[in-house]
Amino acid sequence: MNKFLRQVPLMRNCKEVTAMVVAREDRDLGIKDQLALRLHMAMCKACPRFERQMLTMRNAMRQWRNYTDQD
Amino acid sequence: MSTSSAPQPDFAQQVADAHGYLMRFARLQLRNDAWAEDVVSETMLAALTRPQAFEGKSQLRTWLVGILKHKVVDALRAHKREATLDHGEDGQSDPLEEMAFKPDGHFQEKPSEWGNPQQDLQSRQFMVILDACVEKLPTVQGRLFLMREWLEMSSDEICKELQLTSTNLYVQLHRARLRLRECLELNWFANPS
Repeated sequence: MNKFLRQVPLMRNCKEVTAMVVAREDRDLGIKDQLALRLHMAMCKACPRFERQMLTMRNAMRQWRNYTDQD
Repeated sequence: MSTSSAPQPDFAQQVADAHGYLMRFARLQLRNDAWAEDVVSETMLAALTRPQAFEGKSQLRTWLVGILKHKVVDALRAHKREATLDHGEDGQSDPLEEMAFKPDGHFQEKPSEWGNPQQDLQSRQFMVILDACVEKLPTVQGRLFLMREWLEMSSDEICKELQLTSTNLYVQLHRARLRLRECLELNWFANPS
């Protein structure tokens, strides 16, 4: 990770970012958290995977709703 | 065309046939058999009382599920204290603490790649796993999670209806989502059938 950015107060670690990615499903993140999230995602290889998992779950729940309505 | 509000016999039969189907969702959302029986009875009664409200634009089941969702919200509101009473089934720890992070908060091991399984998500086998994973959620977490995902209520609406603090709601939903992720990972993505 870029040394300069690590000193910026906006930097979050993976655990904090993971919690934010989960929280985002149920509430709006503030603008500062959104920025911190984007910055971290741009520099991390692990967190984007977790973010994709959450997106997959969002799709899965949409499919589930359709299935419950029609089946 | 009859102007009477008495339901046609085949309409009544179809409503009766939907009982098991409606019970399944009422149970999953309410996690209480007595409440589920009540909302399903109310739903079927409402349908039989106002058959003319069914316009035939959607499938009968879809229409019934629409009524059921309203009755379910009423039931949750009526039982809000009991519905949100957490008996500590999920323990005290945050599921995030069970994920592998290094002491500095970075991932010990990258989360696995789930791919982009659009096709998989529509399969019946996946729906069975997803159903089971939702059912396995601790009681209060499961109720609140389905209020978001099945009843499609906003977090604010849920807090208002159940008189919950947003902090409490967010903690429960956070746990529910991480538990669901864990369950899907173990039962589907690690071993897709």
